[in-house]
Amino acid sequence: MTTATLSRPATAPKLPRLRASVLFSMLLALFALLAARSLYLQWFDNRFLQEQGSSRYSRDLEVPAHRGRVLDRFGAPLAISTPVKAIWAWPDKVEATPAQRQALAAALDLEPDALAARLSAGDEFVYLKRSVAPEVAARVAALGIKGVHEDDEYRRYYPDGEVMSHVLGFTGDGDVGQEGIELAQQSWLGGAPGSRRVIINRRGEVVEDVASIRSPREGRDLALSIDSRLQYLAYRELKAAVDVNKAKAGSLVILDTKTGEILALANWPSYNPNNHSRVPRDRMRNRALTDIFEPGSTLKPFTIAAALESGKVQPSTIIDTAPGTLTIGAATIHDAHREGALTVEQVIQKSSNVGAAKIALSLPAEKMWQTLSGSGFGAPPKTGFPGEVSGRLRPAKTWRPIEQATIAYGHGIAVNLVQLARAYTIFATDGEVKPVTLFKEAGPVGGAPVVKPATARAVRRMLELVTLPGGTAPKAQVPGYRVAGKTGTAHKLEAGGYVNKYVSSFVGFAPVSNPRLVVAVMIDEPTGSQYYGGSVAAPVFSSVMGAALRLLGVPTDAPLNQPFLPPQDAVPEET
Amino acid sequence: MARLNLLLLAALVACAVSLVTSRYQARQLFVELERGQTLARGYDVEYGQLQLEQSTWAMPARIEKIAREQLKMQLPPPGRVHVLGQSPR
Repeated sequence: MTTATLSRPATAPKLPRLRASVLFSMLLALFALLAARSLYLQWFDNRFLQEQGSSRYSRDLEVPAHRGRVLDRFGAPLAISTPVKAIWAWPDKVEATPAQRQALAAALDLEPDALAARLSAGDEFVYLKRSVAPEVAARVAALGIKGVHEDDEYRRYYPDGEVMSHVLGFTGDGDVGQEGIELAQQSWLGGAPGSRRVIINRRGEVVEDVASIRSPREGRDLALSIDSRLQYLAYRELKAAVDVNKAKAGSLVILDTKTGEILALANWPSYNPNNHSRVPRDRMRNRALTDIFEPGSTLKPFTIAAALESGKVQPSTIIDTAPGTLTIGAATIHDAHREGALTVEQVIQKSSNVGAAKIALSLPAEKMWQTLSGSGFGAPPKTGFPGEVSGRLRPAKTWRPIEQATIAYGHGIAVNLVQLARAYTIFATDGEVKPVTLFKEAGPVGGAPVVKPATARAVRRMLELVTLPGGTAPKAQVPGYRVAGKTGTAHKLEAGGYVNKYVSSFVGFAPVSNPRLVVAVMIDEPTGSQYYGGSVAAPVFSSVMGAALRLLGVPTDAPLNQPFLPPQDAVPEET
Repeated sequence: MARLNLLLLAALVACAVSLVTSRYQARQLFVELERGQTLARGYDVEYGQLQLEQSTWAMPARIEKIAREQLKMQLPPPGRVHVLGQSPR
């Protein structure tokens, strides 16, 4: 201290020491206060200020993500989402002149009264109209009415309408799947909007990307196995057949025998998925997958296949079906037309119940069950469609003889149409059942062997006889192609008993020389003059199969000028 | 020493100016990118709408109706069809 005093210039006035140090410490304390405050603002209580700061230049923007498209096997769009606007308002904040209200109603295509009713809803948020085209929304915005706002949303369009509705289903609010494939594949199709933080300038333009808070995940496209041309064909023919036969409902399935892909799946009644709000649930059911029925005679080929496999019979073995009835315990099985001695081939061709029952009773129940279960009955077909059913096939141990006899001709067992179509792939291939799918496959798919190739070929031959003179379904013939198949006419089961209502069906494949397609047709409760599968379902099979083979360019394997058989040659079949 | 300092100062000023210009350019380009992306999104939406329109016009039901009613087309009866590449039967 003394040295400092010495070095000071002599001219400097001498300050009282106490005063200097008080002043010095006061200044120091003030500086310390400022430093503490700035430290506090900078390090401890910085959120509020940072938010205030960033709100002046940065914004969080939503990055929209759209739902993926659903395509058919050739890439034609079946479902597309496109952005639309929702027009909404706070009714008590709307300030509009009567002329403006008039213009708003006109722009939104609403009745002025309806608009007024919505705008008098008080202080609640109301949608004036949703799913409005962007051009319309622009016109509304141009009116400049206070309190009327718009929001972005997506709307899904289905260009094929009712033709494809059961397969696709539809989406609900927020473009989320509610039915069908839209529901089952929600996680694949659905997109998740992202969010990013940007810097804007004073005009509100984005000048810099700061950070991506959440990157958007676009919905992915999904290719179905459906061929939209075949689908239209299937739907058109099915609808016509249901009309002509005054039926309650119907379904039709087309399968590719090489890959197991479902090329078409049509149901009637149908609905328009673009406007589904008032459609009863009943119409939305994909009957081919969610409804079961007793298949009737279309099941006989599986009984015969089981018998051929066991070696108990040959195609030419004689079965005596006289006198056209067979009594087992208290029950009697009837043939509608009496035949005498029939070969196994003729049992299929003429669809004899007694013959099928006799053959079945010569087999162990377990053997029959194995063939049926191996062909996919009693298990869900696993197409990837929500709500598909497994049908009913009871374990062989519980079968009584009468049940074994009725299952032989398709009663006491319940299936859905896709299961039935799939099971026929064992005859269309050399004994393999193919896995069915609604999604596009890259190439041929291997199947699980169910019967020996020789058995499959023998049954295929029998099924071709069904469509030839002396069979139950000459109406199934297709000019230019050899076809094979089996009719079914089953009484419906209601309240525990069989009633005089029918399910008419036909399942078949073509061309027989190298089968490409399986077509299964089911008509529920035909009430016209005909109810036999050979007269109701077989013509649908014929027209769909013929047109489908032509469309796919499948080479012919029979003469084109082959004359159509007169229908009276058809053998009426069992029910 | 003073010369070196002057040189460094000049370099510093040059760097500062170039930072400002490149920053400005970056913003310009970003605005352009943003505009381009908005345009691309718009085209995407339009593409979807055009696809919808196309499939509406190309609906098999509509084509069939026009073929049958306006153009008077029909399926040839089997007797009038010849399959090429196969021996006549």
